[in-house]
Amino acid sequence: MNDLTQLETRTLAAIDAAQDEAALEFVRVNALGKKGSISALLATLGKMSPDERRNEGAKINALKDRVSEALSLRRNLLKGEALAARLASETLDVTLPVRATALETGRIHPISQVMDELTAIFADMGFSIAEGPDVESDDYNFTKLNFPPGHPAREMHDTFFFNRKEDGTRKLLRTHTSPVQVRTMLKNPPPIRVICPGRTYRCDSDQTHTPMFHQVEGLVIDRKAHMGHLKWILETFCKTFFEVPNVKMRFRPSFFPFTEPSAEVDIQCSRKGGEIRFGEGDDWLEILGCGMVHPNVLRNCGLDPDEFQGFAWGMGIDRIAMLKYGMPDLRPFFEADVRWLSHYGFRPLDLPSLAGGLSS
Amino acid sequence: MKFTLSWLKTHLETEAPLDAIVETLTRIGLEVEHVDNPAEKLAPFVIAEILEAAPHPNADRLRVCKVNIGEAAPVQVVCGAENARAGLKTVFAAPGAYIPAKNFTIAKGVIRGVESAGMMCSPEELGLEGDSSGIFELAPDAPVGRPFALWAGLDDPVIEINLTPNRADAASVYGIARDLAAAGLGRLVETPIPPVAGEFPCPVEAKLDFAPDDAFLAPLFALRLVRGVKNGPSPEWLRNRLKSIGLRPINALVDITNFLTFDRGRPLHVFDAGKVAGQLVVRRARAGESLLALDGKTYALDGNVVVIADDSGVESLAGVMGGEASGCDDNTTDVLIESALWDPANIARTGRKLGIVTDARYRFERGVDPAFALPGAELATRMVLDLCGGAPSGLFVAGHVPDERKTLDFDFSEVERLTGLKLEVAEMARALEKLGFAVAGQASNAARVEVRAPSWRPDIEGKADLVEEIIRLVGLDRIAAVPLERETAVSGPVLTLLQKRVRGARRALASRGMVEAVTWSFVAKAQAEIFGGGAAELALANPIASDLSDMRPSLLPGLIAATRANFARGFGDVALFEVGQIFKSDAEDGQFVAAAGLRRGTAKPAGAGRHWSDQAAPVDVFDVKADSLGLLASLGIAAGAIQIVPGGPDFLHPGRSATLQFGPKNIVGWFGELHPLVLEAFDATGPLVAFEIILDALPAPKARPTKAKPKLELSDFQPVERDFAFIVDQSVRAADLIKAAQGADRHLIVNVGVFDLYAGPGVPEGKKSVALNVTLQPREKTLTDIEIDAVAAKIVAEASKKTGALLRS
Repeated sequence: MNDLTQLETRTLAAIDAAQDEAALEFVRVNALGKKGSISALLATLGKMSPDERRNEGAKINALKDRVSEALSLRRNLLKGEALAARLASETLDVTLPVRATALETGRIHPISQVMDELTAIFADMGFSIAEGPDVESDDYNFTKLNFPPGHPAREMHDTFFFNRKEDGTRKLLRTHTSPVQVRTMLKNPPPIRVICPGRTYRCDSDQTHTPMFHQVEGLVIDRKAHMGHLKWILETFCKTFFEVPNVKMRFRPSFFPFTEPSAEVDIQCSRKGGEIRFGEGDDWLEILGCGMVHPNVLRNCGLDPDEFQGFAWGMGIDRIAMLKYGMPDLRPFFEADVRWLSHYGFRPLDLPSLAGGLSS
Repeated sequence: MKFTLSWLKTHLETEAPLDAIVETLTRIGLEVEHVDNPAEKLAPFVIAEILEAAPHPNADRLRVCKVNIGEAAPVQVVCGAENARAGLKTVFAAPGAYIPAKNFTIAKGVIRGVESAGMMCSPEELGLEGDSSGIFELAPDAPVGRPFALWAGLDDPVIEINLTPNRADAASVYGIARDLAAAGLGRLVETPIPPVAGEFPCPVEAKLDFAPDDAFLAPLFALRLVRGVKNGPSPEWLRNRLKSIGLRPINALVDITNFLTFDRGRPLHVFDAGKVAGQLVVRRARAGESLLALDGKTYALDGNVVVIADDSGVESLAGVMGGEASGCDDNTTDVLIESALWDPANIARTGRKLGIVTDARYRFERGVDPAFALPGAELATRMVLDLCGGAPSGLFVAGHVPDERKTLDFDFSEVERLTGLKLEVAEMARALEKLGFAVAGQASNAARVEVRAPSWRPDIEGKADLVEEIIRLVGLDRIAAVPLERETAVSGPVLTLLQKRVRGARRALASRGMVEAVTWSFVAKAQAEIFGGGAAELALANPIASDLSDMRPSLLPGLIAATRANFARGFGDVALFEVGQIFKSDAEDGQFVAAAGLRRGTAKPAGAGRHWSDQAAPVDVFDVKADSLGLLASLGIAAGAIQIVPGGPDFLHPGRSATLQFGPKNIVGWFGELHPLVLEAFDATGPLVAFEIILDALPAPKARPTKAKPKLELSDFQPVERDFAFIVDQSVRAADLIKAAQGADRHLIVNVGVFDLYAGPGVPEGKKSVALNVTLQPREKTLTDIEIDAVAAKIVAEASKKTGALLRS
């Protein structure tokens, strides 16, 4: 039996010594393979007496089991080591920077974003979006809006004109989006609920004025719309747009040729360290003009002012964008400086909605 | 419109404090822009008395004064003024006081070894007029310790209101007082203006020389001579009144006219009668006439301008400005006072045309109170007599005072109809009456009345104006907010297809890493011309700058200029886009909405700049091709639906550009590399690649009866992919090769891609190798090798037939 003990010691030592799976397999074949040392011992059992066979068989089989188990343990160990070595060799420096994705670098201009916010609010209140040409006639920009030719109110608008044509008329760049109101009334019968956002132009340029800017006007015409409704719409709009629970507004009598009565609206705010906050404080900030559509305008648009009535308001899109998002100056809106656009612009998927909140 | 509180109080008896007055003005539509009280700046300056003035031990010209400033103990002040002497009442500023005129703050100091606890001041140091060779010399009864400004009557806030063009009636201090009185803030002081008895008939007469249908140009012209006046500086109160609102006193006669312009809203003119030749004629100017006006400028006149002329020619521009030749100066002894009425529209036109802005024009073009034209002349005469003496003539009057007061049928229910505010009829009637309207009721219906506007309200035209008058007086704050009824429980969609595409285009392009710019709608003419614009009809007559002169025919000029500016700031790798209007004509349908993008440097869709993972490759035409097709796909237009025709507009590189179209007559845009000459013209450097798509030109999607998507058909059999490397002429287009391969079997072939492109060693000169991967999708059964070979052979045959391609061996 010394032979068996020796064989076991030798085989187990060979298993321990195997440094990779191939070497281990070589050991296995030498021990358990068809011509292996343990297989050879098992083959001798047939020539033994039944008693001998029972005795020797148990010993040889036990040896075989121990060797098999040692092989299995060693194999698992070597496999694990090999995998660890492979993984170690595959290591990458994951701290290397990756490129910013398009969704991170792309930007929506604040004016577009605010237009989308306006759309979300007013569409919910049943308003459509009306648009019209920037190159307008004097008739639609002024006369139909109750600015008589030569009236001083026309001079409140520093108008860009085109050259006079042979027939004496000349086109101009609209000074407000009110001609879109005229177009809407001429085209659609009441009830009318529209907002008219768009580019407007005045030849004026300084810190707070640019020759091109953006306005949004609103128009409601039916048989009963009155200033109480106007107040409610403007209050609701300001609360929703500025995303504050309350706003305090002040309506001051004013004058616009196309509305009567007319008012300017101030919004209560606080100014701390250059930051404007609504719904608090004791400062007033002028934010928009409004009024009941002037009977002459209704008449000019083919509506009987004793039958139909309504109101209109207008405000600067750039201005409310500045108030909400804190841009200190107007001029950079149109300078396309990528530093400004990246800072004040909005991410491509920041879609304003009433359900998700206008701004994120 | 500016005035002072004390001036207002000459017309308004009120106990109301300044705050209440300011708040009321804004509440009734006379918006207060500024309130500036000179006394606030001068608050630290108090009246003091010098008790002792001893020579300074170390300086000959200084004195050490003991000064009583109204406190328990006198203070010691070192003073260099020669008039600093015991017993003098003067003005003292303690340490911490700011000296406006010298722009410094007084500190406690030691002057040549002697302590000095403040400063005694001269008028100049307070920014005031007066003898400033030494310190103030105040009257002996000046109360020591009191603020100087209060004692000196400088506590008179200047109020500036932003007058809307309709409120001509409030273009005077009197008119403002009248509105405040109506608002319940006090009582309007109304003093009768009795006519001045003439001592002789006015020797100078004026003829209104107009054709009958021109008579509206000058309804009234009144004239009076005052003989033997003594002109010179006005009294101090009048000079101070004018100065308080920033006007320069000139001489008494001129000051009176300026005063009444602001005090009563009644512009007047004074002629030096000694310089007027013969009689006056009021008429249209004649072509070729001109006038040297009081502002020292000569104006060329034409028949649209109304003038006052004498025998020697034009002497004055009616309602706008007088002439230099007949102006009053200190030597004037006989003065002609003119008070007239003019056509507002004509005055506005004249002023605008000649570029003259005067206080008279401002009032005449908005409409003065016609009923005050003659009282105004009387008031002016009285002031001339009071200030300059002399003997008045009778008042010569040509024309007549028109009564333009409108009478309106008014139903008080209009107020509730337009404002939603229900008021008592009595309250509404009272509001109108307080504003000077005459309200005549009808016995049968108390709510229906006849309302006559006062003469000073030419702006009142209709019922809505009366509603405004009532509501501004009772207060807009009384209108309650009323919710607008919802038309439907859930609001439906409101955007048009184009509006949705404009919004979608912005999000799609931003999602490709581009940054949205908003650039000017107008560009330089030369730039407009490069992009097909620059037509005369789209050139502004009055551009604000020469490089903002023409409406843009494309978004590219603005974007190129923007990338150039960014490059100049150190940001060369930028991808910008804009979605906005472009202009092809000045007609209503000549304006379109375009979406354009521009990439510069290495601003590729995958990212800009150098990076360890790949090369910093320059942008190329395929980046903007991908932008264009990505944009179209996001707007619902599949890449296969649009034709991409090589070559584009002249401003693009002819070999690196393409036109996007749905047919030769339906071009919707382009993409490509900008032409080197365009870069040169814009002084820009490349590479610059760009695209522009006209969103209006894109076809609408087909209307479908339901929202259900087409049925999905999935094959049970695996697709098979086969590769083909073709050798073709360099000029063969990949699109043609792909099309040929697809044409081999439209049923089986579901995709053809280009996976390799090669020219060089191994490929003959003038040829290129294009490798296609073709995907076959079996539908009924798995394909056999024989069937696959048959399709492959057809692909090779089609490619050869259509493009001359040879399979690479």
